[in-house]
Amino acid sequence: MKALVYVTLKPSVLDPQGKAIHHSTELLGFTNLADIRQGKYFEIAFSEGVSESDAQTAAEAIAKDVLANPVIEDYRVEIAQ
Amino acid sequence: MKFGVIVFPGSNCDHDAYHVISKHVGQPVDFIWHKETDLSSFDALIVPGGFSYGDYLRAGALARFSPVMESVKRFAAEGKFVFGICNGFQILCEAGLLPGALRRNAGLHFVCKHVNLRLDNRDTPFTSAVKTDRPLSIPIAHAEGNYTCDDATYSELEENGQIVFRYCDENGEVTEAANPNGSRGNIAGICNQDRNVLGMMPHPERACEEILGSNDGRDIFRSLTNTMGGLGA
Repeated sequence: MKALVYVTLKPSVLDPQGKAIHHSTELLGFTNLADIRQGKYFEIAFSEGVSESDAQTAAEAIAKDVLANPVIEDYRVEIAQ
Repeated sequence: MKFGVIVFPGSNCDHDAYHVISKHVGQPVDFIWHKETDLSSFDALIVPGGFSYGDYLRAGALARFSPVMESVKRFAAEGKFVFGICNGFQILCEAGLLPGALRRNAGLHFVCKHVNLRLDNRDTPFTSAVKTDRPLSIPIAHAEGNYTCDDATYSELEENGQIVFRYCDENGEVTEAANPNGSRGNIAGICNQDRNVLGMMPHPERACEEILGSNDGRDIFRSLTNTMGGLGA
């Protein structure tokens, strides 16, 4: 079982790296993009036999306490078999 | 009064801080490896600059989990002095000892240069001996110094006098052009509500000798020793 964790900047927080990437895509010819935001993606693999609910709880705690800084970032957890 | 300089894997301004405390402040100082937990022999701690844990995940994010940090939190809660410089400031924010967060510079580049700082609060243990007739000239060297916080936190910082240093021009004016990294309100350094924890992105330990271009940093360390001397530490 795996937990997939997506960490993104809060919508209110400016993302200069996303802006730079957006600028580069425009130079590549993609002129119809409104915005690009950069985030982080984590895969957490659990040991065998861990239940889905335990994995969800653990991944949420890891995301909140380690992977994301709640001052500037949001996170989302998905469980994959 | 005894200073401790905490050393994380990847700290690289620890020796500069040690040098300044021993040579220019004239106080006993020891390094503290990040796995130590007994801080009982120290009166003040410096969390130095560098790239703790290689800045992995976020600057300062992993250092927060080093064994020494629980002791640092207790140390601060007892009212003792904790001074975070650059990466140390990032670590103190990640650890929740100071509010807000430090993000990637608005211009994306690593910025390494002398900046002018306006002292906004002289009524702290770290700044009581700092002269205010002109801005301080102290170098910065960081890629993640863009101070960020929400509106409520910013108002609180202002109301409580917790904004200690702001980036300014050579005349002491806080302008957008003088902001090297996009920090909210040109914030360069803040303290906690009790004023015993200070974090700043500029490096005062690199500005303590004329030959290095400025010795404006000395007054910050001297303020702290004056304060502690007054307390009989």
